[in-house]
Amino acid sequence: MNAFRRNVLKGAAGAGTVAVAVAAGLLKPTQALAGAPRSAFEAKNVGDAMKSMGVSAPADSKDITIKAPDIAENGAVVPVEITSGIAGTTAIALIAEKNATPLVADFDLSGGTQGFVSTRIKMGQTALIRAVVTAGGKSYTAAKEVKVTIGGCGG
Amino acid sequence: MHMNRREFLQLLAVAAASGMALDSKSALAGIAPANFYDVPRHGNVSFLHFTDCHAQLLPVWFREPNVNLGVGSAVGKVPHIVGRDLLKTYGIKPGSAEAHAFSYLDFTEAAKVYGKVGGFAHLKTLVDRMRAQRPGALLLDGGDTWQGSATSLWTNAQDMVDACIKLGVNVMTPHWESTFGAERVMEIVNKDFKNANVDFVAQNVVTNDFGDQVFKPYVIKEQNGVKIAVIGQAFPYTPIANPRWMVPDWSFGIRDDNMQKWVDDARTNGAQVVVVLSHNGMDVDLKMASRVTGIDAIFGGHTHDGVPQPVQVKNAKGITLVTNAGSNSKFLGVMDFEVKGKRVVSYKYRLLPVFSNLLPADKDMDAFIKTVRAPYEAKLNETLAITDDFLYRRGNFNGTWDQVIVDALMEVKGADAAFSPGFRWGTTLLPGDPITMERLMDQTAITYPQTTLNEMTGATIKTIMEDVCDNLFNDDPYYQQGGDMVRVGGIEYTVNPNKKIGERITDMMLKGKPVEADKVYKVAGWAPVGEGVQGEPVWDVVASYLRDKKTIKGVKLNTPKIVGIGKNNPGIADYDGSYS
Repeated sequence: MNAFRRNVLKGAAGAGTVAVAVAAGLLKPTQALAGAPRSAFEAKNVGDAMKSMGVSAPADSKDITIKAPDIAENGAVVPVEITSGIAGTTAIALIAEKNATPLVADFDLSGGTQGFVSTRIKMGQTALIRAVVTAGGKSYTAAKEVKVTIGGCGG
Repeated sequence: MHMNRREFLQLLAVAAASGMALDSKSALAGIAPANFYDVPRHGNVSFLHFTDCHAQLLPVWFREPNVNLGVGSAVGKVPHIVGRDLLKTYGIKPGSAEAHAFSYLDFTEAAKVYGKVGGFAHLKTLVDRMRAQRPGALLLDGGDTWQGSATSLWTNAQDMVDACIKLGVNVMTPHWESTFGAERVMEIVNKDFKNANVDFVAQNVVTNDFGDQVFKPYVIKEQNGVKIAVIGQAFPYTPIANPRWMVPDWSFGIRDDNMQKWVDDARTNGAQVVVVLSHNGMDVDLKMASRVTGIDAIFGGHTHDGVPQPVQVKNAKGITLVTNAGSNSKFLGVMDFEVKGKRVVSYKYRLLPVFSNLLPADKDMDAFIKTVRAPYEAKLNETLAITDDFLYRRGNFNGTWDQVIVDALMEVKGADAAFSPGFRWGTTLLPGDPITMERLMDQTAITYPQTTLNEMTGATIKTIMEDVCDNLFNDDPYYQQGGDMVRVGGIEYTVNPNKKIGERITDMMLKGKPVEADKVYKVAGWAPVGEGVQGEPVWDVVASYLRDKKTIKGVKLNTPKIVGIGKNNPGIADYDGSYS
């Protein structure tokens, strides 16, 4: 553990708070991110969100890796990392399929940025976490199930 | 292990030839053969492994389950084989000492013949004997060592920490240890264990904020000039199955991608033998062994499966052996590797039952245990009641001991129904045994023992039961948590393990009437994982019930009707309810 690094950051808490709040999904995504239109973030189901984003029938891709826990330790802060190995990736959207408003984030990756995003999201129940990648004007997708459980009763 | 097919077949032959030296002549009335603990060394690198002793310092009774169902690809496979099928699988003679150790069959009769199992003074004698023949052998402790008894709870785990140091543990990985709180764990690791040169390893525990390793991921040791690595794998779902607030800054998970990274790292650093000391549970270990390459053996625990021989799991680059070494200091795993040309070429494995009658108590350990217990003897030995019934816990759905607990909760709390966690630890009592405070603590000694009484709708009750059932029967092992089904008092139900979450539990009945989704019921429980829950400790509730009853007899075991598993499933036998 790097106690020094942690203490330095604690001391700089004032400056760090905004970034942390965004990462934890505390701010409305529209306040921080501007990829998809507001209507997509307000959509109540996956289909409507995709429609608002202008995405239809994205192709399943094995070049998208989603790293998230199999079972969430805390549904309020689920760490999710998405890596896109698809050449020319320009956007990565993150959807928690059973959230009240499923579209959680849409990251614009312009100017040759590496296709990698890491964030923490809130989940109310067990659901697929879906990534939608835009590359070369086409859409690709992959999903991983994250289980949200009541807890207790273990071995 | 890296080998081609021909080498693999050679290894199989060696393993078969070195199978357990079973004595075919011993019968139930007989004594175990004199050569029971003669285990000549094979090769040049050895590991001794015990796991999930649950703080039992003295010999105990412990009955293996008659229900241990597998789902998905695990149906009918080790470790989901019980009773006669298990004996047949491993060629163990019914009625023998091994049959008693590895199965529930004729438990009460066999227990009287073969005596109690485990106990650290007896385990110490066995460890020393094995070590005498295997200089340099490493003793691995798979965790769930500090929790499970009155004295470990009352000494804040110190009795077990001292006992393990005396036993000569070299490397350990945790699960229930974390329920003493992160601070206490770090105190023991950085003081007691550091001073005694015990390595506490866990590759899958990192800080929440930066993902830094909390403990050493692995340790490199040397045996007979061979470099070996032991990688730790803590119970992946500690902050979910146990209170999150006790380890607020640590993140767990299976993290098999990191496991691969550390295996490769250890090999790069010259390790010729790489083993994992794991608290994943056997099904998770079997899956991990199929995905991660370069591990020679996974020494597993958590699911308390007494598995006589390792399962050989193929993966992209070779074979990994997966063991599971039971619970309650009942077994000591002895793994001998022959390492030649910088790699493992053959192995021999024995899972030795620790029969306290056959192994004299180590004097020093015995004296230590007496000293530890002295201040508590009066409290430990209070007889609360006598049991006329056979009281045990282990099994997928219920045990008679748990039935006593849910009966007590319902009666004392005035509840319609009660839940008791599906813990796999907890000792066994024979008919006629006194139920002392110590034996009650064997079932209940945890750091969050509060009892609760909540009003729940029928829909909520079903949701909870479905949730726990999915933790047990999800067909992907990585979503299993390794406990058994929550014990349910007051509500009868039907379960289909092979369905999906939300569809497994049906026909819920309370006092002959269907449980209604919108109706509110009073439900008692214990072991809340949330912070700040108030309530009388469960041992006080059950103790007052037992003192009142004086004798426990005619316990009516509430077992669900099981459907969808087939009549010939080797994971179930002699079941009290019906199954098909």
